[in-house]
Formats: sequence, C-alpha cells, structure tokens
Amino acid sequence: MGPLFTASDEWSFVIALVIGIAFGYLLESAGFSSSRKLAGVFYGYDFVVLQVFFSAAITAAVGLLFFEYFGWIDLSAIWVNRFYTGSAILGGAIMGFGFVIGGFCPGTSACASAIGKIDAMLFLGGFIIGVVIFDAFYPFYEKFYKSGNQGPIKIYESLGMNREVFLLLFVVFAIFAFVATAYIQQRVSQKSKKY
Amino acid sequence: MEEVKLQKPPKKYMNPYLAGVLLGIVILLSFYFTREGLGASGAFKRGVAKVEQIVIPSHVESEKSAFKHYVKDGKDPLKNRLVYMIVGVFIGGFLSGAINRRLKLKLEHSPKISSRKRAIAAVIGGALFGIGSAFGRGCTSGAGLDALSVLATSGFVVVGMIFGTGYVIAWFFRKLWI
Repeated sequence: MGPLFTASDEWSFVIALVIGIAFGYLLESAGFSSSRKLAGVFYGYDFVVLQVFFSAAITAAVGLLFFEYFGWIDLSAIWVNRFYTGSAILGGAIMGFGFVIGGFCPGTSACASAIGKIDAMLFLGGFIIGVVIFDAFYPFYEKFYKSGNQGPIKIYESLGMNREVFLLLFVVFAIFAFVATAYIQQRVSQKSKKY
Repeated sequence: MEEVKLQKPPKKYMNPYLAGVLLGIVILLSFYFTREGLGASGAFKRGVAKVEQIVIPSHVESEKSAFKHYVKDGKDPLKNRLVYMIVGVFIGGFLSGAINRRLKLKLEHSPKISSRKRAIAAVIGGALFGIGSAFGRGCTSGAGLDALSVLATSGFVVVGMIFGTGYVIAWFFRKLWI
C-alpha cells in the first residue's frame, strides 16, 4: 500500500526527477511557457491556466479517493499542507500581484526559461531576489509567519461538510467554470483580435 | 533538407483538458510513490539557503534566518526531492520545447509595451512572487495545486487569494498585457 517511500528516501529523489520531467513537459505542452498565454486568464482571452489547473486538481483529488477505496494508498500517511491563516492569506495576495505583474509563477517560469524565454529568466532572477529579501527581514514578521497555525486541516473539515459531498461539489464547480470560461473566451476573442 | 525542417512552424499546444488530466495523474503518482506532491518554489529557496550557507553561514545558521531548518546540523539544503524535481521541470520543459519546435531565445511581450518595460515587470513580479510564496509556504504548485489535490484548506485559501487578488488588480495592470 502506498505511499511506497518517504520523501527523504533516496528513491524519492529519483522519482521526483521523473515526476519533474513529466510536470515540465506537460506545462510546456499546454502552453504555460508563454506569459501572454498565462496572463490571459485575468483578461478573458485565454483560460488555459484555469482549464489545466482545475482539471489536474479534480483528477488528482478524485484519484486519491479511489486509491483509498481500493486500499492502494493510506491517505492519513500523505503530506497535507499546514494552514497558517494570516500568512497564507497575505502570501496568496502578494503572489496575485506577482502573477499579474510578472506573468509567471515559479514552475512555469522554470519551464519557460528552459525553452529560451528571457522574460521567464528575469522573473526567476526576481524570484530569487524576493526570497533573499524575505530571509533578510525575517525577524520582523517571524511571529506573524508562525501565527494562526490550524495544522493540516482539510477544507471539508473547515466547512463542516462530508468529504465525498465536498468533492462532488468541487467537481461540479470545476465543470461549471470550464463551460462558463469557454463562453467568455469566445466572446472576448470575437470582440478583440486574438493576440 | 535541414533548412526546410527548421522553418516549420511550432506545433500546436496540447488540449488543456488532456494536459490537466495527465498532470493530475502525475500528481497522484507523486503522492503514491513519495508521499508528497509537486513543488517549484522550495527548490529555489533551498538554492538561496545553499549559497548563504557558503557565503554567510553565520546568518543562515542563526535564529534570524527563515531557512535555518534547511541547514540545521550542517545539512545540505540541496539534498531534497524538490531540488531534483525542479531539475526535472527544466529537462521536461526543454524536451517539450524541442519536440514541438518552440526552442527560441526570446523576450515575449505585448506589442503595446517595450521589451524594457516587460523586463522590469518580470523582475518585479518575480520578486513579489518570491516574497509571497515564502509567506504562503509554497507557490502555485506546492501550496496551490498540490494542496487542492489533498483538499487542504490552505490550498483553497492560497489559490483563492492568488486568483482573487489577480482579478481585482488586473484592470490596473492591463496595459502590460492587452
């Protein structure tokens, strides 16, 4: 029964490399190596980010549930991100600015750099500067960074819902978003010439 | 013959839903094999910690550093699966670019702005993302997609904040893109 290895196992390094290759290959193939394509999600001319992102999330979430039903994986053994309320909200908001201004996120900028996008390389350079800045002034916000720790809490627990019901609603919401954005994209493309 | 080959236009992008489902399967396999999912920002943080360990060890090993746990007891911050993963992302991205004829040194920007303006925006956006992903304990991959897959509350909050903020501020930065 999975998970087969722990994250610090040396086999995990080899597997992570293979997973990374698949991850980078798929990001590039879907067009995530273009900042103009990525930024489209904010202006309605290209929703590829939303389409890939949510179809990946629901596939993995539903898949994990089935793996558990079949007895293939012990879900209590896998890593669940800890929720630090204030820090997660602030971090997400700053990343929102970074995305709209920079046109990439770290993973997409890595794969775009690999095919020669100079703007992606500059984004990565900026990213490293940002990380250094965070570390340099860390004592000023260490308390805030560590405050509001709710542990590895799940969304259905936060909402007081049944897990399967939540997942079903999540899938329905994603499909609704796919249909709605396809419609918006068509309208926007008709109005303005595609980039 | 070689020239004709080079002049062929780039291939079309993969269907986004197909790419998404395949990516979902990759995440699923990552959890199955290694207990953890994807991540991109962690490797860069560890890279910074590694350089600091060499250049300013007194800082990174002190209580003042956000990365002290990466270097605790003389540990090598690069000995981590996320570092191998980001190397894979570069290789995978390059392979797809090569196969689909998209390898090209290019600074991509909207025709309405100069290369210089795009370059400055990319650096500033990157820096903000660096700070944001430090607070968020991960970026769109590790704190976002990955956390959504395991239905972690943090993932829904981080993704909601990234895209929510993005939509709120998009109008002010529209000249960069449209």
